[in-house]
Amino acid sequence: AKMAATARKICAVRVFLTSRRSVCTCNMLYANAKAKKDYARALPGDWQGRVGLEIHAQISSNSKLFSGSQVQFSAPPNTLVSPFDASLPGTLPVLNRQCVEAGVLTALALNCHINRRSLFDRKHYFYADLPAGYQITQQRLPLAVNGHLTFDVYDERTSQRQVLKSCQVRLKQLQLEQDSGKSLHDQENGEVLVDLNRAGVALMEIVTEPDMVDGTEAAAMVKELQLILQALGTCDGNMSEGSMRVDANISVNRRGEEMGTRAEVKNIGSIKFVQKAIEYEMQRQIELLEGAGEVEEETRYFDWKSGKTISLRDKEQRHDYRYMPEPNLPPLILYTYTSAPGGAGNTVVNIDRIREQMPELPAATRHRLVQEYNIPFQHSVALVGEGLVEYFENVVDVKGKGRDPRSAASWVLTDLLEQLHKRSLTFQECPVTASKLGEIVDLVTMGAVSTSTGKKILSLLFDGDNRSLSQIIEDNQWAQIRDEETLGRICDEVLESHPELVEAYGKGNKKVVNRLMGEVQKVTNKCADPSITSRLLREKLEGQ
Amino acid sequence: MLGLMLKETARLLSEGKVSAAELCAACVARARQVQQLNVFITETYDTAQKQAAESAQRHREGRRLHVLDGIPVTIKDAFSTAGVRTTCASRILRDYIPPYSATMVQRLVDRGAVSLGKTNMDEFAMGCGSVDSLFGPVRNPWRYNFTTTTTTTTNKHTRAIRDSSQDSKGKNMQMRTMHHHHVTSTEDSDWFITGGSSGGSAVAVATGICKAALGSDTGGSVRNPASYCGVVGLKPTYGLLSRHGLIPLVNSLDVPGIFTRCVDDAAIVLGALAGHDPWDSTTVPDAFHPFSLPEDIDVTHLHVGIPKEYHAPHLSEETLHTWREVADMFEDAGAKVSQVSLPHTPYSIVCYSVLCAAEVASNMARYDGLEFGHRGSDESSTEALYAQTRHEGFNDVVRGRILAGNYFLLKRHYDHYFIQAQRIRRLIADDFKTVFDSGVDILLTPTTLSPAWPYSWFVKADNRTRTEQEDVFTQPVNLAGIPAVNVPVALSEAGLPIGLQLIGPSFQERTLLAAAKWVEQQVNFPHLQLPEP
Repeated sequence: AKMAATARKICAVRVFLTSRRSVCTCNMLYANAKAKKDYARALPGDWQGRVGLEIHAQISSNSKLFSGSQVQFSAPPNTLVSPFDASLPGTLPVLNRQCVEAGVLTALALNCHINRRSLFDRKHYFYADLPAGYQITQQRLPLAVNGHLTFDVYDERTSQRQVLKSCQVRLKQLQLEQDSGKSLHDQENGEVLVDLNRAGVALMEIVTEPDMVDGTEAAAMVKELQLILQALGTCDGNMSEGSMRVDANISVNRRGEEMGTRAEVKNIGSIKFVQKAIEYEMQRQIELLEGAGEVEEETRYFDWKSGKTISLRDKEQRHDYRYMPEPNLPPLILYTYTSAPGGAGNTVVNIDRIREQMPELPAATRHRLVQEYNIPFQHSVALVGEGLVEYFENVVDVKGKGRDPRSAASWVLTDLLEQLHKRSLTFQECPVTASKLGEIVDLVTMGAVSTSTGKKILSLLFDGDNRSLSQIIEDNQWAQIRDEETLGRICDEVLESHPELVEAYGKGNKKVVNRLMGEVQKVTNKCADPSITSRLLREKLEGQ
Repeated sequence: MLGLMLKETARLLSEGKVSAAELCAACVARARQVQQLNVFITETYDTAQKQAAESAQRHREGRRLHVLDGIPVTIKDAFSTAGVRTTCASRILRDYIPPYSATMVQRLVDRGAVSLGKTNMDEFAMGCGSVDSLFGPVRNPWRYNFTTTTTTTTNKHTRAIRDSSQDSKGKNMQMRTMHHHHVTSTEDSDWFITGGSSGGSAVAVATGICKAALGSDTGGSVRNPASYCGVVGLKPTYGLLSRHGLIPLVNSLDVPGIFTRCVDDAAIVLGALAGHDPWDSTTVPDAFHPFSLPEDIDVTHLHVGIPKEYHAPHLSEETLHTWREVADMFEDAGAKVSQVSLPHTPYSIVCYSVLCAAEVASNMARYDGLEFGHRGSDESSTEALYAQTRHEGFNDVVRGRILAGNYFLLKRHYDHYFIQAQRIRRLIADDFKTVFDSGVDILLTPTTLSPAWPYSWFVKADNRTRTEQEDVFTQPVNLAGIPAVNVPVALSEAGLPIGLQLIGPSFQERTLLAAAKWVEQQVNFPHLQLPEP
């Protein structure tokens, strides 16, 4: 039974800004990423940095980790709250098998060692959006340990996206835990409003070793992890909705010295901010240390408006969480085909069975695309990075039509994405199906319309035009003019009205053909076939 | 009718010789007759009469749901009851009405049992006297002087307590810091404690208000008051009965318990309640097969162990004597009786206090006044609100355990206290296992050091001191998770019940209760007789 709204006003004390709800810009096309980004901004002098990440990934599941409440983003406040989620006395956690399986699949994809037996613990702290006064997590013996993730850092200064380096980061552990609710701080009225819809939603916390050296590496790592989670379907990776949140532990030290004191920047809300926050924080620490100051071990947050990290000055920073075993959950036991108890096949979580369901992971997809379609590597990187692989493959081969992969990739990566970005749409909201885009590609390939007309048609489709493509072409008279007689007549007219250009050509300025071409396109509403027109113009100019 | 056992009552109901409605009315009359014992925190007589009428209808139509259909029961106020306030005898939950029912409550309701109300207890089940309740102490019916004058006094007294909690902050503070203050006049305290923490449920069964009652047993909270009130109190194996909806004291020790007047009745109620519950992951998945106990019980193959460590200091002569007598009875009947050793028993109570405090600290963290329960008025900051809410909401016993528990759980203390306590817990569980593996079927021990204490004496020491004394024989069983039952055996010279405890291996309730029934048959305990209302 769902609880009626439990939102109640409470007074505000710790009102602080969070950057959580910033606009997500991480889905920008690589090519569009700021060209001036100076990747190579090395740390000054002999400073070097260390970054370790803690990533909270919300598990895509129908219900919460320990209760039957539905999981849904942006539902009306406190409508997805069971007695357990509100921590009513006497309620007990019941582990959601779907969440465990998602955790196992993710751990396998991240090359982790899966603990056949893991335990749940209580982590205590008082906070208005933590109704039980503790979070159930896996502190002593997590679901999985000792994994690693390999990822490339791309040069994003140019559209070529060359691989600058390949990195590997060690993953310390992957644990299952509950999310908290949300506190909404109303500073005007001095109140905190609590929404428990998110309370108890399943998270995977993925903890890395401090193996990254700067913001670029960390951002690339988070991006790769996001793609893996999306490929697995275990987390939607949507950072703007908070289903993936990053805490970064950052320190700097001089070459040859021990690791410096680390500061933790919490709750970074986009991949771009991961990079920015780390870059800022390293710079800050270096300035402190060079000025004979000391880095404080503390919790900070990233203020995306100012681009700075700011100390939370939180009393909780040296909090003793008073961990203890969660007594209401027996140890979580995972099985394999050999260890699964007979007859209980469907009630236990079987690691082997989950491994069989492993989908293709992004690294493999990138290679396959190059192999299978012979497209440039950077295109495969972009297709994977934008989550457009399936769309691309559909465009190439809708119902076995076998379109040219390079041209399909170009349409998808350039034209489709341009439309999406222009309209601030996510790929999920894309109104144009792969088969429709395929039809446009066909028309252009056949020469029925020009490339620029194709783009115009695509734009119309994005605008919601639901006429057939042929109808659109007919209504707008966009059909490409390929008839030599018609084109010849138009060319003659253009040449006649531009004697100065003809004269220039005669004097050896061959480039005027382009200007004449432009004039022909102007007259034909950009419908003249460029190659035929070009040939005709030259013939006529030479013939004179 | 009120003196009858559950089994006999069920037979009369099914034969139509008495109706569930008549029975319920008689029980309500009895409840009113003994009102000054302060059994109930919340009475549900109206719904009970409605349920009883429905039950009577079913009986008339031959659609009896279960042997419990129409049987009056009471429920410790630690079990959540949908729509009926559930206080745990604490101010923090004084006005809390749960939106759901505990599995144990639901199973009773589903089987047609008629609930008369929520019984009084120590606040959050922390205590062994049922004296530390927001609603005042429960009184033992044995040797109690029922007088009309006391009735008025008690009523006034009860009301006074309820009122005081609504008083100004200053008064509350006083009440909170002096938790024994709700003792009224000295002349009024000439009565015996019920034991606890499930004192209300024990008294309800002893006085005939109901045929069975739910309690909860963390360190002896069912067996202890059963012993003092002269009823059967069963603490089943951990994991056999669902804790879903039971407001926890110590999750890893809590077990719903059953009060009845005789052992057969306990077996009936156990059959109605036991078994896997998807809402409680610590219940065992195996199906439970309800059983009834034979009339002729053969104890010649029974091996009864007498743990020598239970010859504790301060064990009363009378209790020791009763223990010996029953051991001799077993031996005389052909059972093998031998002394056994549970060597880690002396460390048990310390281990229990650490584990209990640690879990209490954790479990009580949810009472912040935000989602439910009492909320303070200091809104200057969230911390101030928490502090005031919790200070006002909990008595000093609860607050003391929270403080101790948080101390034990601090990172720098965790290994020295919590981990050590867990190790000792393992050793204690192993002690029992070793004894049972060696062929012993059941253990026979006292339940308490002595018969019930006078209230005036009992409250001379604080809750912690008393708990350490009172739980000495009972809490090792909780640490081991094994089943145990209190059987009323005799009356002391002063006319107070003396009970003995039988302890069995995990999930051996059948053997345990058979042995308990055999004892019951031999001793012919004189049940409390009260005049019909």
